[in-house]
Amino acid sequence: MLKILKYSFFDLIRSRWSYVYLLFYLLLSFVLLFLNQDLSKAVITLMNVIIILVPLIGTIFGVMYYYNSKEFTELLLAQPVKRSSIFLGQYLGVALSLVMSLVLGLGIPFVLYGLFQSSAIWNFSLLLITGAMLTFIFTALAFNIALYNENKIKGFSYAILLWLFLAVIYDGLFLMSLIVFETYPLDKFTLIATTFNPIDLSRILILLKLDIAALLGYTGAVFQKFFGTNLGLFAALSTLMIWVILPVLNIARKAKKKDF
Amino acid sequence: MLQGYFKSILFIVFFFTGATSFYAQIEVCETCSFTSIKKAVAEARSGDTIHLKKGTYRENKIIIDKPLYLKGYDYPVIDGLNKADIINVFADSVRISGIKLINVGSSYTEDYAAIRVSKAKNFILEDLILEKIFFGIYLEKASDGIVRNNKILGDAVSEHNSGNGIQLWYSKRIIIKENLIQKVRDGIYLEFADHCVIEDNISKDNLRYGLHFMFSNDDAYAQNIFENNGAGVAVMFSKRIKMRANHFRYNWGTASYGLLLKEINDAEIVENIFEENTTGINIEGSNRVNYLKNTFKNNGWAVKVRGACYENKFLENNFLYNSFDVSYNSKLNNNLFLNNYWSSYTGYDLDEDGFGDVPYRPVKLFSYIVNRTPETIILMRSLFVDIIDFSEKVSPVFTPDNLVDKAPLMRKK
Repeated sequence: MLKILKYSFFDLIRSRWSYVYLLFYLLLSFVLLFLNQDLSKAVITLMNVIIILVPLIGTIFGVMYYYNSKEFTELLLAQPVKRSSIFLGQYLGVALSLVMSLVLGLGIPFVLYGLFQSSAIWNFSLLLITGAMLTFIFTALAFNIALYNENKIKGFSYAILLWLFLAVIYDGLFLMSLIVFETYPLDKFTLIATTFNPIDLSRILILLKLDIAALLGYTGAVFQKFFGTNLGLFAALSTLMIWVILPVLNIARKAKKKDF
Repeated sequence: MLQGYFKSILFIVFFFTGATSFYAQIEVCETCSFTSIKKAVAEARSGDTIHLKKGTYRENKIIIDKPLYLKGYDYPVIDGLNKADIINVFADSVRISGIKLINVGSSYTEDYAAIRVSKAKNFILEDLILEKIFFGIYLEKASDGIVRNNKILGDAVSEHNSGNGIQLWYSKRIIIKENLIQKVRDGIYLEFADHCVIEDNISKDNLRYGLHFMFSNDDAYAQNIFENNGAGVAVMFSKRIKMRANHFRYNWGTASYGLLLKEINDAEIVENIFEENTTGINIEGSNRVNYLKNTFKNNGWAVKVRGACYENKFLENNFLYNSFDVSYNSKLNNNLFLNNYWSSYTGYDLDEDGFGDVPYRPVKLFSYIVNRTPETIILMRSLFVDIIDFSEKVSPVFTPDNLVDKAPLMRKK
């Protein structure tokens, strides 16, 4: 598995798209820091960008890589290599190279602007952790989609649809259901519904940093407990972990049974 | 003119010689002829000074019924033994300074206080330290007094069995300056208190309000710091209050406000700073209030308008990074927003006059939704919410369509 991981990883970091991705983050954070010297403000702005962009890039890259390297995968399958290690190796290769672009692209400018001397370092690590988690989650989801769909076009459209659903439509349905059932006690439902969407979970991590004052304006005891203590942070992070583990397990399961 | 000078010089000479010769100096300490404050007060004549030396005096119900100066050295302690009022002032021109008062008894039927001033004028209470109190300083039907540079440190746990730091009841023209008030029920409470001035105080960690007005008119408070109070500062049922350059911060909670206005008319709110409160200002039934040059920073809601508010003006305020700038619960608007700076304003200024060319709508659709269904707060900053906010901005349906800042500032003041 490690060999395949290594191969995929180096294959990807030699590709043009990784550089474009890296350059994009470099440029984004340099411009942000140049316009606004305040590190913590820049972290907050980046958080808003990351929860939308990282899932999109992760999904597209994952699907694209799977379909592009399909012939190579079929070649590998003819060798005495475990199936799960081929696919997990490829998955980790893609996800790690994306995470590396993210970490370097955001890390270099922030370190140059004096991250280690500033108080924003915790928020910044939270930003990187959230970004990395989202990359792992959405690349895994993309691999799942690609494994289930032989047709490239279909796979791509499902991937885009998945992103659109989780980034926009889910929140719309969520909002509608909250308004329709407003006469019922909803705070437990609200918290549970957010756990079904990794983008919402990451957003909550940001809210905990940014809008805690407004969040505490709501009178529900469950909310108070969730947001007023560190419970919210830990719950959101651990649910994100589950979101990584489940799709990865499904990749391994599906890869074992699939006909090529 | 000359005669006036002569008179005042004569007065000063008379006053100083008088203080040393006519008025007695009484010392109270463990080895002095007086060891009890009560006895010293009883023996003293009008205008005398009682010098209280270092030590602990276990006394309460000390009744001062003549003009006296009770002066402490090195903070002598008067221990009230948890029974009743410690010092009761019934006479005019009393001055008390430099004393530490502890252990005021708490009661469910009577409002025991460390110092109670009743129906007296021209008093000065200064440099006092009050600890383990029920009520701290209680002024009833008093007037023209000064309360300054005191430290009032309570240990209140619940609202129903705790008292207020400084309480004014039917009092007029009182000056409250440079006090530090902590952990009591209401830091400063004014009921039927008119023409009072409250300046440079710090009121924090109180169970209920840092400062609380009830039925008090023509008062002014300025340059105070109100921090981490259970419910912030409340100004209720009062007229013509001036609030200037105060700092309201870290008041977090569901019923917690930087400033709560209820039935307030003709007030001036100028140059205050509201920072990291759940709600910066909560306004209910307040008319003709001018909000000028205030700064709202990182609040959950900067201004929450609850209804029945007419002819208020919001001019030249800074709204910086609040989760919601303004929230309304109706479609009706009769208030003016003009020339404010809004950090979330995205317009442009082509003629470079410093004012944006595109009007700004401070009420977002999402704030309307959150008002209706509070749980939806969890969707804040979601892309979907941004999209519906944008569409509402283009054509307002749910939010008051005349609620706009026609010329928002491009740079903050």
